[in-house]
Amino acid sequence: MSRLASIPVSVEPIEVSPRAWGNSLPILHEVRHGLKRLAESGERTLIDLNAMPFGPGDEKRLFELLGRGEVEATIDALGPTRVWETAVPGVWLIDHCNLEGQRLALHIEIATIPDLLRTQRQDVQDAISKLDARIEARAGDSDPTT
Amino acid sequence: MSNPMEFLLWTKGPMFDWALAIFAVGLLARIVEIFMLGRKHNYAAPKGGEWGPGFRTMITRTVADTGTFARAPFDVVLGIVWHVGFLIVLLLFIPHIELINSVLGLGWPGLPNPVVDAISAVTVVALIAVLVHRITHPVKKHISTVEDYLMWIVTFLPLVTGYLAYHRLINPYPLALGLHIFSVEIFLIVLPFTKLTHIFTAFIARWYNGATFGRKGVES
Amino acid sequence: MAADKTLGESLREHGVSRRGFLKFCAATASMMALPPSMVPAIAAALEKAKRPSVIWLSFQECTGCTESLTRSHSPTVEDLIFDHISLDYHHTLQAAAGDAAEHAREQAMKENFGEYLVVVDGSLPGPGSNPGYSTIAGRSNLQILEETLEGAAAVVAVGTCAAFGGLPKADPNPTGAVAVQDIVKDKPLINVSGCPPVPMVITGVLTHYLTFGQLPELDQYRRPLAFFGQSIHDRCYRRPFYDKGLFAETFDDEGAQKGWCLYRLGCKGPMAYNACATMRWNAGTSWPIEAGHPCIGCSEPDFWDAGGFYNALSVPTGNTTGALLGAGLTGAILGGAATALAKKKSKTEETKREPVKIDELEQKL
Repeated sequence: MSRLASIPVSVEPIEVSPRAWGNSLPILHEVRHGLKRLAESGERTLIDLNAMPFGPGDEKRLFELLGRGEVEATIDALGPTRVWETAVPGVWLIDHCNLEGQRLALHIEIATIPDLLRTQRQDVQDAISKLDARIEARAGDSDPTT
Repeated sequence: MSNPMEFLLWTKGPMFDWALAIFAVGLLARIVEIFMLGRKHNYAAPKGGEWGPGFRTMITRTVADTGTFARAPFDVVLGIVWHVGFLIVLLLFIPHIELINSVLGLGWPGLPNPVVDAISAVTVVALIAVLVHRITHPVKKHISTVEDYLMWIVTFLPLVTGYLAYHRLINPYPLALGLHIFSVEIFLIVLPFTKLTHIFTAFIARWYNGATFGRKGVES
Repeated sequence: MAADKTLGESLREHGVSRRGFLKFCAATASMMALPPSMVPAIAAALEKAKRPSVIWLSFQECTGCTESLTRSHSPTVEDLIFDHISLDYHHTLQAAAGDAAEHAREQAMKENFGEYLVVVDGSLPGPGSNPGYSTIAGRSNLQILEETLEGAAAVVAVGTCAAFGGLPKADPNPTGAVAVQDIVKDKPLINVSGCPPVPMVITGVLTHYLTFGQLPELDQYRRPLAFFGQSIHDRCYRRPFYDKGLFAETFDDEGAQKGWCLYRLGCKGPMAYNACATMRWNAGTSWPIEAGHPCIGCSEPDFWDAGGFYNALSVPTGNTTGALLGAGLTGAILGGAATALAKKKSKTEETKREPVKIDELEQKL
């Protein structure tokens, strides 16, 4: 690798301030479009942030710009998933993590409430039998009222 | 060459060496012939220097004299536009500077890419205008030969393929870049055997003109 | 061997709730670069997906692809996928060895004939070269591949070596290595190139197959378009610097520290098509360009011979200075010789020239 040997390595210590990359701006515009759709037709929009060419610090800027709202929730399924509403109503951030706390996916959902927070329909159908099972288990224990 | 990457590596590898070799053999042979054949010795007493006026004329002839400009303004203006544009794109685009650096060991600062991009677009349009003029102007059409049109094609292709490659308008990129490099190789190969030698001989001719006038003590 | 349970049933048996299943599908969709609006469709498809048998053949490889895959970040997702494909043969990951391992492979092939997936990593010595360069259990790679292909439903060539020949095929290719696609002629084939491939890409392809029962859309090199459709150059976060003409000249100079474009240091980003710029490596931690090293184009064919990792993309690969000087010298000599001959000829003509006499002229007139 003679060419590599011929590239001089010079260490010049300089003051480097983190550059404003600006790749978060296009996503914010997409969020804006999603909010318009939500306002006009109630249609929800999902944005997958996995495919964004973020530079260092871009994600942090995006989060700072969106801010924090009133609602925060944690879903415990296959590891924690944090859901929170940003300071912009209707814009939710969904951060899927696995059991080791490593990120699986990061979504922005523009909706009145993220789909994942709702109770799933099939679970509602199983709900009655689940409740019955719990009542029966309780009834099997000693009954303090009688 | 069953795939674009093989084509690109062929144009960057053996084909480039061949094109450079043919170019160098042909051009050096021509130039050595020109200098060695030289001119007949002039027995009249010189009234002025040769070298100073010679070199000066190499540069001053770049500006057309007023008579030429009056007779053919289109050729003068557009000729300068596309020649200057071609030179800027060739010599002040960073990837080209890296290429020249690797072959000749010389490097210099370049222009920002969007500037070069804009200039190359202007050059392409100017070249097309020049061709249209050649086809529509009755005198030019009459005296144009096959070689003239060939020269235009061989000059136009590197510019347009470079533009297409930079903007990634041909997919995949190795094919686009390979076509660009191949078009340059064609340019290099035909150069020494056609009118393209004017790139070098024009300056030699200007020197001789200036030197002749200078020796006579006449302004050139 | 492959069970008849669907993936949905398997997951439920493992105690995965519906929300967990949806989360798994969301992560999968993200990994496969599918729009998140497709998550319900993916959930429905994965509910019904059966466990395919997978036979992993390792030929002339460095095991980097397997390492990359088993190092992939989300153990939950990968565990789920690997628990739900039946990896019936894999040199590094299997417990069995020797005859037992070979028998396991043969049995899997028989039981799932026509339905198993063949994953190949590493290139193999081609039909025209000495088979002894790479053998397993005394049989050549080519033999094993052809035999395993017979009942395969599809072939996945993992890594640049399997997809294009990679390092073994690099100049001078002493083993006569060829790519898997040079041997496979009549089975659906997908190339997942990269040295190694981004691990999530490997899993994404397998998951796509699980979900939809077929291979995803491919580019002209038969790589999944979802991951290889964009060049690094078009997705690089340093692209604004390329466009502005701000380049790092050497490692660790001012430009490099400010994160400027690495074109002059040999970055092959413009010609490399891969997912590194967006998916990044090590759970999205970073990737070569962000770490300050130019892209080497490792997902492209012949990248080892593409002119050196530290030569800019525009630099020719041969000895151009030598060619130029040598040819120039030759030209000068030829030109000089031609001129000398011409001058000599005109001189002798002059001496031989006889002046015209007046009588001859008057006769002519």
